[in-house]
Amino acid sequence: MSFLDVKDLRIHFPTDDGLVRAVDGLTFSLERGQTLGIVGESGSGKSVTSLGILGLHKGGRAKISGEIWLDGEELVGASAEAVRGLRGKKMAMIFQDPLSSMHPYYTVGHQIIEAYRIHHDVSKQVARKHAVDLLGRVGIPEPAKRVDSYPHEFSGGMRQRAMIAMALSCDPELLIADEPTTALDVTVQAQILDLMRDLQREFNSALIVITHDLGVVAELSDDILVMYGGKCIEYGKADDIFYQPEHPYTWGLLSSMPRLDRERTERLLPIKGSPPSLINVPPGCAFHPRCPYADRTDGRSSTEVPDLAPTERGHLVRCHMGRTERRTLWETEIKPVLETQ
Amino acid sequence: MSENEPLLSVQNLEKHFPVTKGLLKREVGAVKAVDGISFDVFKGETLGLVGESGCGKSTTGRLVTRLLEPTGGKVVFEGRDITHMGQGKLRPLRRDMQMIFQDPYSSLNPRHTVGAIVGAPFRIQGVKTENGTKKAVQDILEMVGLNPEHYNRYPHEFSGGQRQRIGIARTLALKPKLIIADEPVSALDVSIQAQVVNLLEDLQNELDLTYVVIAHDLSVVRHISDRVAVMYLGKIVEIADRKRLYTAPMHPYTNALLSAVPVPDPKARRDRDRIRLTGDVPSPLNPPPACRFHTRCWKAQEICKTVEPPLEELAGGHRVACHFPENAPVAATAEDATKA
Repeated sequence: MSFLDVKDLRIHFPTDDGLVRAVDGLTFSLERGQTLGIVGESGSGKSVTSLGILGLHKGGRAKISGEIWLDGEELVGASAEAVRGLRGKKMAMIFQDPLSSMHPYYTVGHQIIEAYRIHHDVSKQVARKHAVDLLGRVGIPEPAKRVDSYPHEFSGGMRQRAMIAMALSCDPELLIADEPTTALDVTVQAQILDLMRDLQREFNSALIVITHDLGVVAELSDDILVMYGGKCIEYGKADDIFYQPEHPYTWGLLSSMPRLDRERTERLLPIKGSPPSLINVPPGCAFHPRCPYADRTDGRSSTEVPDLAPTERGHLVRCHMGRTERRTLWETEIKPVLETQ
Repeated sequence: MSENEPLLSVQNLEKHFPVTKGLLKREVGAVKAVDGISFDVFKGETLGLVGESGCGKSTTGRLVTRLLEPTGGKVVFEGRDITHMGQGKLRPLRRDMQMIFQDPYSSLNPRHTVGAIVGAPFRIQGVKTENGTKKAVQDILEMVGLNPEHYNRYPHEFSGGQRQRIGIARTLALKPKLIIADEPVSALDVSIQAQVVNLLEDLQNELDLTYVVIAHDLSVVRHISDRVAVMYLGKIVEIADRKRLYTAPMHPYTNALLSAVPVPDPKARRDRDRIRLTGDVPSPLNPPPACRFHTRCWKAQEICKTVEPPLEELAGGHRVACHFPENAPVAATAEDATKA
């Protein structure tokens, strides 16, 4: 069993307009020291997944089923108190926007100390020293002084560093970062990505990075899981997803983005249509209305949900097309276009 | 207007926002959002304006379209100085100069139908069309890839990408000459971004449009622009044609920006040697003296802290404001001077 094992996780929200299947049968695993990148567009269910693992849907209207095993403990069936004991200590989260996820009324130090003292029986002085150490560790200059600053006194990059310090305060073994650099400028983003990589190496924690940015994913991930309409549509080693992808949606993502590391193309190749709303996911393969190859499946694409099946390289793909057909398409149609880019 | 005259010419443009204190609103300083920038935009081309947050790129867009009042310098549109033109005189000009906004959620009135939104320019400018406004609006909707039958729908019935198309349709209504697009695709999903970028390019070819595209995403800017200007703390630090800027950037800041972009290629990241800038962009309230980049620059020397480098043309059409430019032609640069 892996350090983190998620099995057939489903998070559904009943609403007046119908059932929203935000996460619909997600299975993955992660070891200590490894990074999993979860990629998807808005409304693909990637953030709901992360909140689900942390148990933040508990007590809400969400209907959660499946299993989440963290280091031998099952979390879906566990009580809210039991999960609260783990949250912050064993697993922690770095949110996208540190300005709205930190309390504006308390100093940065106060918020780190609070989290630390919930899980550790230490005096305020000891906790404060720990907070100063952490702020220094994440690269905040003059940590002994900045520990008493309020979040608004920090710049965006500094705030994200403080956020990371807070998440690290109890040495969590599982760290979930939801769009950790989306709100940041590109030069600051590079600093934060480096920092996250270094800290992960130091703490040997398991890291889940959730983002829409394939560049960020490529920077950090060992494994990549691509989500679409609440389901995993492709899951495997980073190199396989980037160099041997087999799902038409992954192909579309890769070919629709302009890339600085390739020659400029005259034209971008977008995916037609727009991502589905989770309340109205198309029947069959959720991607079929946008898929250029949907006509190759004898009509099954709109009636039958394809299985998540392994390829010969061992990564998982949810597509009706046969393996050989996908390989041929990739080699003859997609890869040549991507590589001239 | 002759062929070689720029459609839009910006000269030493400045916008200082006063910072006031106390009851009497005493001025204690100024945020120098845009601090003396100059550039030309020629007919049919796309100029990209890139930089990090707070560099003044959006302010520049708003100054050019006169949504903000410049505190110094000049904006010349089609040979006419519009810097301080009154609203009455400006209105007919607004037909020729339009803006696309970043957020397709907040830039469309939720209580107006698509027909009313896209038809508003006709109404405001008092333009009569041959077959009525409705027909004209439907033609435009079709042109931007929307269903003309959706004339009576409201913005909330559309997805983000479609909303951005509505915004684009509105700017196109009166066939403008110049379009300022402020982060036109950054709020959109990856797969939708490409659709909108392609649409902007098609429209440019079809309607002979001139664009100024303001964006922070360097790969989008490279794709869409003919020339690119890089801004840092209210100044243009480098301006060149696309190819030159991306293959042989001269300003250390441009280099650092390009090198910081995460590349969607796991192998490349392992091999890549990267420039890492330390710290954040300083506050525009109190920018560093002389070269504003010297606090983060690894090449900075004494002169950078005392003398502001002018924006000089070092190669054909490639202007850069740096004492120690990289990739510079072997001419007498300051670097050679200090070595000698």
